[in-house]
Amino acid sequence: MIAFTDAERKKYRNIWVVAEILFGEIQPVTYELTGAARTLADLRKSEVWVVVMGSGIEGKPESLFAYGADVAILVDNPGLSGFVDETETKIMKRLIVKYKPEVVICGATTRGRALIPRVAVMTHCGLTADCTGLSIDPKNGDLLQTRPAFGGNIMATIRCSNHRPQMATVRPRVMKSPEPDPGRTGKIIKEEMLTSDTEKIKQIIDVFHSTETAYNLADAQIIISGGRGMKGPEGFKLLKQFAEGVGGAAVGASRAAVDSGWIPYAHQVGQTGQTVQTKVYIACGISGQIQHLVGMQSCDLIIAIDKNPDTPMMQIADIAVVGDLFEIIPEIVKGIPNL
Amino acid sequence: MKIVVCIKQVPATNDAKIDPKTKRIVRKGIKAILNPFDTYAVEEGVQLRDKFRGEVIALSMGPQKAEESLREAISVGVDRAILLSDRAFGGSDTWATSYALAKAIEKIGDVDLVICGKQAIDGDTAQVGPGIAAHLDWLQATYVMAVEEISSSSIRVKRMHEDGYDICEMSLPAVITVVKDINIPRVPSLKGRLASRKCEIPVWKPDDIGADTSKIGLDGSPTRVVKIQPPPPRHTSTKKIEGSSTECAQSLLRELRLRSII
Ligand SMILES: Cc1cc2nc3c(=O)[nH]c(=O)nc-3n(C[C@H](O)[C@H](O)[C@H](O)COP(=O)(O)OP(=O)(O)OC[C@H]3O[C@@H](n4cnc5c(N)ncnc54)[C@H](O)[C@@H]3O)c2cc1C
Ligand SMILES: Nc1ncnc2c1ncn2[C@@H]1O[C@H](COP(=O)(O)O)[C@@H](O)[C@H]1O
Repeated sequence: MIAFTDAERKKYRNIWVVAEILFGEIQPVTYELTGAARTLADLRKSEVWVVVMGSGIEGKPESLFAYGADVAILVDNPGLSGFVDETETKIMKRLIVKYKPEVVICGATTRGRALIPRVAVMTHCGLTADCTGLSIDPKNGDLLQTRPAFGGNIMATIRCSNHRPQMATVRPRVMKSPEPDPGRTGKIIKEEMLTSDTEKIKQIIDVFHSTETAYNLADAQIIISGGRGMKGPEGFKLLKQFAEGVGGAAVGASRAAVDSGWIPYAHQVGQTGQTVQTKVYIACGISGQIQHLVGMQSCDLIIAIDKNPDTPMMQIADIAVVGDLFEIIPEIVKGIPNL
Repeated sequence: MKIVVCIKQVPATNDAKIDPKTKRIVRKGIKAILNPFDTYAVEEGVQLRDKFRGEVIALSMGPQKAEESLREAISVGVDRAILLSDRAFGGSDTWATSYALAKAIEKIGDVDLVICGKQAIDGDTAQVGPGIAAHLDWLQATYVMAVEEISSSSIRVKRMHEDGYDICEMSLPAVITVVKDINIPRVPSLKGRLASRKCEIPVWKPDDIGADTSKIGLDGSPTRVVKIQPPPPRHTSTKKIEGSSTECAQSLLRELRLRSII
């Protein structure tokens, strides 16, 4: 909503988080964002509210209080079992008009990225995608949103002073999940879904779990990634062994490997794949062209294995292992259980 | 069936620079490409048109130069193209961009389906597709990896999620955004190349689409870029491990153990 004056802006209060529910469970990103919202709310001396929409989720929102939420708005209805963008948008709009939050934060997940832009347009609000930093002006409540642009080549700070609420998405694992405080409590507000929320909507025919089509790299702690240097699908079998060895690491890939058909697109890291920010990224036979680097350069520890010591990846890596990966990786795999 | 594909010309990222004063992208002298995700949108539009007849129209908002990307779309089978270009559109954020595109889609009239790419590689927001749907108050499906069925009144699609996918059906008109899995874009034919060189691309101004000028451009954009900085530098010291394969493996294992990774 347009809010040009201080008086208009003052009507908006509290920091909201839109919960991510998958198969009836609150996802980790929601706790991460609740923690981030807590920091902002403390600066503004206001509250953290979490909107939880889903089906059969009674009793779930209580877990949010330990992470810093003061209020959870629960909308529990069988009509919310699948993800219907239009219905959730209508509910969000109604809640925003009714309670007037100052800030709304949502996970930059496939659902969040479908829902919140729709909400932003319908409520005439600005929306900043994939923020890596959020800070707030304690006096006037202006949210300073920092995000990478141009594939991470620059960081932009974005402000949305004349509109309330201010909206932002944040990718999973960008914010740290706070230590839960089991003693904290909060309030549950139950809100209904209206029949008008389900007018003109889509039918969800079926929902499937599948790792073939959707491979969530963002949730991993460690990614072991392969490029053209893996030579073929056999090479990726080797990486899978490596990944199992280090305890359930995820397998990533460069576009060259995906385009060669060695591994599905869902594994691709980079500009046209996923952006990841894991603790460890092990690049095997990936030269590190800029389009790949922009998808992984903010990982904490980067390890590269390549026979060519001069590639861009070997230059930016924290640890660069020079040699033939078809010899080195099997040795590593062999070595792991002995440690 | 009348289909609109929204396509964006983007700078090839490694060259991207920002004007420190205007905070806008410096487009002069920079190599520009059709947003890679939009090539899948174009291909899907062309395939659906081939199946159902009708018309597929490419729509872009940007500087005059963006017509190159529209010609690229024509060369692979799009019937015609429209460019939204005017000073007044400059500096639009995703709210204002999706407003302008939605107004143009209304102006085109009788559109059944709008196809967007999943996201543009410059802004990476993925907000314009759902934004268009919201401005039009149409149904939407994002991260579409397959169009399973389509009739004159409805569409059934497979949508990608973190944990798998779902199948949903919605009535038309609607907006979908597509991911790479959906098809393999064709290369231009000789006939297509010729057509792309010859075709006239009309340029529409805010007046042509009946846009409210307070909702476009910098003034119509709720978000403001207030600061541009280089990303925090990555450390530069690289620890190099060399030697025989066994030595390399042993050293790396030691490093991993030191950091409690294994
Ligand atoms: C618009 C656009 C978007 C793009 N988006 C992406 C993206 O999202 N993700 C992405 O990854 N790329 C992307 N690319 C492509 C990118 O530019 C590179 O082409 C690609 O990342 C190269 O993949 P690679 O490093 O696996 O292959 P190469 O560059 O061929 O590197 C292979 C490496 O393996 C090493 N090697 C070979 N054999 C061995 C061995 N036996 N032992 C050890 N090392 C070995 C070689 O020394 C070399 O360094 C994009 C390109 C464009 C134009
Ligand atoms: N200026 C534009 N002109 C036409 N289509 C656009 C424009 N900007 C974005 N789009 C479409 O919206 C999608 C998402 O863009 P973005 O929200 O910028 O990531 C793109 O893949 C295009 O299909």
